[in-house]
Amino acid sequence: MMMLVLDVEKRLGDFFIHASFASAGGVTALFGSSGAGKTTLVNMIAGLIAPDRGRIALDHTALFDSAAGIEVPVHKRRIGYVFQEGRLFPHLSVAANLDYGRRMHRLARDPAEMNRIVALLDIGNLLDRRPGRLSGGERQRVAVGRALLMRPRLLLLDEPLASLDTTRKREILPYLERLRDEARVPMVYVSHNAGELLRLATSVVRLDAGRVTAVGGPQLLQPAHVDA
Amino acid sequence: MLDLSPAEWIAIGLSLKIAFVATGVALPFGIAAAFLLARRTFWGKTFLDGLIHLPLVLPPVVTGYLLLISFGRRGPIGAFLAEYLGIVFSFRWTGAALACGVMGFPLLVRPLRLAFEAVDRKLEDAAATLGADRARVFFTVTLPLATPGLIAGMVLCFAKALGEFGATITFVSNIPGETQTISAAIYTFTQTPGGDAAAGRLVLVAIAISLAALIAAEWLARRAGMRFHGE
Repeated sequence: MMMLVLDVEKRLGDFFIHASFASAGGVTALFGSSGAGKTTLVNMIAGLIAPDRGRIALDHTALFDSAAGIEVPVHKRRIGYVFQEGRLFPHLSVAANLDYGRRMHRLARDPAEMNRIVALLDIGNLLDRRPGRLSGGERQRVAVGRALLMRPRLLLLDEPLASLDTTRKREILPYLERLRDEARVPMVYVSHNAGELLRLATSVVRLDAGRVTAVGGPQLLQPAHVDA
Repeated sequence: MLDLSPAEWIAIGLSLKIAFVATGVALPFGIAAAFLLARRTFWGKTFLDGLIHLPLVLPPVVTGYLLLISFGRRGPIGAFLAEYLGIVFSFRWTGAALACGVMGFPLLVRPLRLAFEAVDRKLEDAAATLGADRARVFFTVTLPLATPGLIAGMVLCFAKALGEFGATITFVSNIPGETQTISAAIYTFTQTPGGDAAAGRLVLVAIAISLAALIAAEWLARRAGMRFHGE
């Protein structure tokens, strides 16, 4: 069982983040309004931003520990990251984008795994295309596939549906549910959309103005709690 | 059609060799300089920037003379390189390549620097999360995305190297078969009674080579552009 433990502080101008939570697998929703510090927190887990103080550990090994002077560089963390805007490499085909993480980690080719992920996300007909020719929904599915194929210890998804219209969102949500049920990769899923999270989350961390205000099950996403 | 004499062929071959070598050797330095200027802040950055661009604004004769006193046989750098590495520049085609490389360098660096500045850093972050260390981020994401700027810079540097005259002739003189490029040969023919026909032939060759370089650049840039926007 994956175990993510986080207790960090970070000052960004007048904004102060002081957050701590632990997550044990499944889909952990990081839920809060925009500006609550969700993306900053996820970037700290990925290693793209360093906390001022604190500790982040995955499966009992520290990724960051200010007291012990540990900061594992981004490329060694092996944490998949699906960005809001996909961030596919425009100069590479979809197939090469999907294969990028495997190449960088110098893993052996695994056609079976490739086929499984391609089928799971239904992107087999896109492999020869360039990212510039994909719709928003297709782009995000490829971005999920690219992150999964590096065999991450943890998958971060930062508002992966935010740039899509309602129809496209409905098109992608089932894939994410399948991912949760079949891919067996723990996820941290950032969103300000309670409806989206209700379908996916197994646990919820609520963030307000840089602080964790509640930790619990999906019932935290019900309107009564959300408004509280 | 053009009935070129052996001496003219030699000048053409030499010009091409010098331009290719100058561009090729300048390339790694140009990539490093452009990347430093685009991405890093460091002490002396303004000075480095100015130094790189100096050949663009100095009279070429001055650049040639500066090369002569530093890279010539008795110059401090020239003496060192001749002594320890066996590289001699003075009155050799290698010196012409050095002069052409220095003159073309700012033209190589400028577009490349702009291209590096335009690369989306977020894509580099994405590559890092996928396991790429800094060097591999550079070679698999940053540099490929800067390809149009790289092509533009290389073509400008090559064209400059092909046409360079003032710095080359000052530094390594105008020796047929060794340092006499197309430009220097044209100059010589125009100074020789009855040399007009030969000068004219070489002028046509110079125009043809320059046009070919431009067309090749256009074709390469279009291919690179297409790669970003579709199949």
